[in-house]
Amino acid sequence: MELLSNLQLGFGVALAGTNILYCFIGVLLGTLIGVLPGIGPVATIAMLLPATFVLPPVSALIMLAGIYYGASYGGSTTAILVNLPGEVSSVVTCLDGHQMAKQGHAGKALGVAALASFFAGTVATLLIAAFAPPLAELALKFGPADYFSLMVLGLLAAVVLAHGSLIKAVAMIILGLLVGLIGTDVNSGVARYNFGLPELIDGVGIGPIAMGVFGFGEIIRNLEHGQKREVVASRVTGLWPNWQDIQQSTWPTIRGTILGSFLGILPGGGPVLGSFSAYTLEKKLAKDPSRFGKGAIEGVAAPESANNAGAQTSFIPLLTLGIPPNPVMALMIGAMMIHGIQPGPQIMTAKPDLFWGMIASMWVGNFLLVVLNLPLIGMWVKLLSLEYRFLYPAILLFCCIGVYSINNAWMDVLLAAGFGFIGYLFGKLDCEAAPLLLGFVLGPMMEENLRRALLLSRGDPAVFVTRPISATLLVISVILLVIVLMPAIRQKREEAFVEES
Amino acid sequence: MKHLIKNPRDFWAGVMFFTLGALFAGVGFTYKIGTAARMGPGYFPLVLGLMLAAFGVAIALLALRDKNAGPGVEKFHWNVTFWVLFPIVLFGVGLKIMGMIFMGLMVVIVSSIASEEFKLRPVILLAIGLVIFCSIIFVGGLKLPIPLCPAFGVFEQLAACRV
Repeated sequence: MELLSNLQLGFGVALAGTNILYCFIGVLLGTLIGVLPGIGPVATIAMLLPATFVLPPVSALIMLAGIYYGASYGGSTTAILVNLPGEVSSVVTCLDGHQMAKQGHAGKALGVAALASFFAGTVATLLIAAFAPPLAELALKFGPADYFSLMVLGLLAAVVLAHGSLIKAVAMIILGLLVGLIGTDVNSGVARYNFGLPELIDGVGIGPIAMGVFGFGEIIRNLEHGQKREVVASRVTGLWPNWQDIQQSTWPTIRGTILGSFLGILPGGGPVLGSFSAYTLEKKLAKDPSRFGKGAIEGVAAPESANNAGAQTSFIPLLTLGIPPNPVMALMIGAMMIHGIQPGPQIMTAKPDLFWGMIASMWVGNFLLVVLNLPLIGMWVKLLSLEYRFLYPAILLFCCIGVYSINNAWMDVLLAAGFGFIGYLFGKLDCEAAPLLLGFVLGPMMEENLRRALLLSRGDPAVFVTRPISATLLVISVILLVIVLMPAIRQKREEAFVEES
Repeated sequence: MKHLIKNPRDFWAGVMFFTLGALFAGVGFTYKIGTAARMGPGYFPLVLGLMLAAFGVAIALLALRDKNAGPGVEKFHWNVTFWVLFPIVLFGVGLKIMGMIFMGLMVVIVSSIASEEFKLRPVILLAIGLVIFCSIIFVGGLKLPIPLCPAFGVFEQLAACRV
């Protein structure tokens, strides 16, 4: 019954006049930017972050979460209508969604995507409400050594689940950790790696990195390849799926939701892994797998539900442990800190209105998405038919203003430009950027916990294996590593990623 | 050299990681290292830097093996890169002095050169529209502390500049 009273508190906060308005604005803005091709949720959130500064923390986070769902859903719309995935997690939606659109069923594909996402969002919200409190309680027992081991496990898992080369992903994480250490060392007050620049004493912000690597770098890549895209449907009709469509997509949606919810909690998983696995699962279960890739409705329902479920459950590690499982959550941590909230297990007890309000707002946000997107789809189609040569200068200007406003720091704009080039370079060298951002956020936390753990044990590293929680986490890490390095599994993993791309 | 490197993308990534790792480790060495029990500011970055450098070497070496053969590094489009990043840098340096109106126009117009189908007239219209939009939304509505006009002389007297 505690769950009910908690949810009641949450809905009280989320439905309070202004908060529901901000949730609405967030969802609207998120969809608006997310629909633009080549702009994923990370860049969208980074760009719109300053827009939340004037709000009180609860409203700001509700709005940011809304932006996130909006951006994800906007990405799916683009994927279906123009076959241009704005982010990795909507790559799969492209496969069948775009085929459906080509056959004149664009409306149906969009409708199913919205309804499947809504169902998944509802289930995931309940899951968070049920599982976050016990997890947060467990997390309160964590000491510095346990936290350190948890982060090791998290980073390792992120590598295992990432695309492409394992060893490069590890290197990217280490690089991220190092970049995270730039700035003043909290223990000694020494300014590290600032090269004498006073602007770097506070370190590099997450905004410039996210915006540079995921925004500017992406724009350069899009421009050099020349954007060829055609909007399939100039007018989208028939959004409501018929009875047969509903029957066909019910089970895929349920399976996608379960799979997505589970995979979303894992570090590095998030929505990406969920949508890929859900699609593969449906293809394996289907009576006639050859329909997939040619406009199968299950091929839209399953990944979309998994995508959305994963997007939501990835809030669990953030809210209970203060550890981001994917780049979007890393950015959310940054946003929380800007608003003076230290993410971690203490949020739930110290700020119950924020915690439960945010959870309830997830459901509200998903509801608004359905209500908003179905009638507004015509507007998104218009937006999509804008030419890229007019779009990207606008995006650049918004990004410039956004990145400057985070700290009112001109240095941040220059840093973002620098990271834009670095992001472009990473793309050329096939280095996935997501692990870098994770490492970047975890760097200072890892160092802090490592130092504290070893200080408490007087320099004895055995503390990591004698504490039961830490030892368990490390054992899981080792098992994970061994599994991945086993030749058979390794081959399977490579195959799996080849199939995706 | 060319036929020795079987996977150029991995090889150069390895070189990059090694260089950055060595750089971080080298600079980290100049900070107080301390002991495991009492770590100085240099301890953690030094260890990480050395790890990164080692990974870089490993990645580069693995790229020499036939088994890991892969495609070459795609050509860099310096032109596009420059026209996208240069206006951003200018915006950062000049915003406080020149204000958002001028810098905004500049970003839109200069960055448009990166596109293959650059046409001046529509771009100028776009720039004016976007700057008006941003002024109203970000400065007028959200009250972000961004200077609109140049910080000198005649502009400070204009009513439109005082938001």
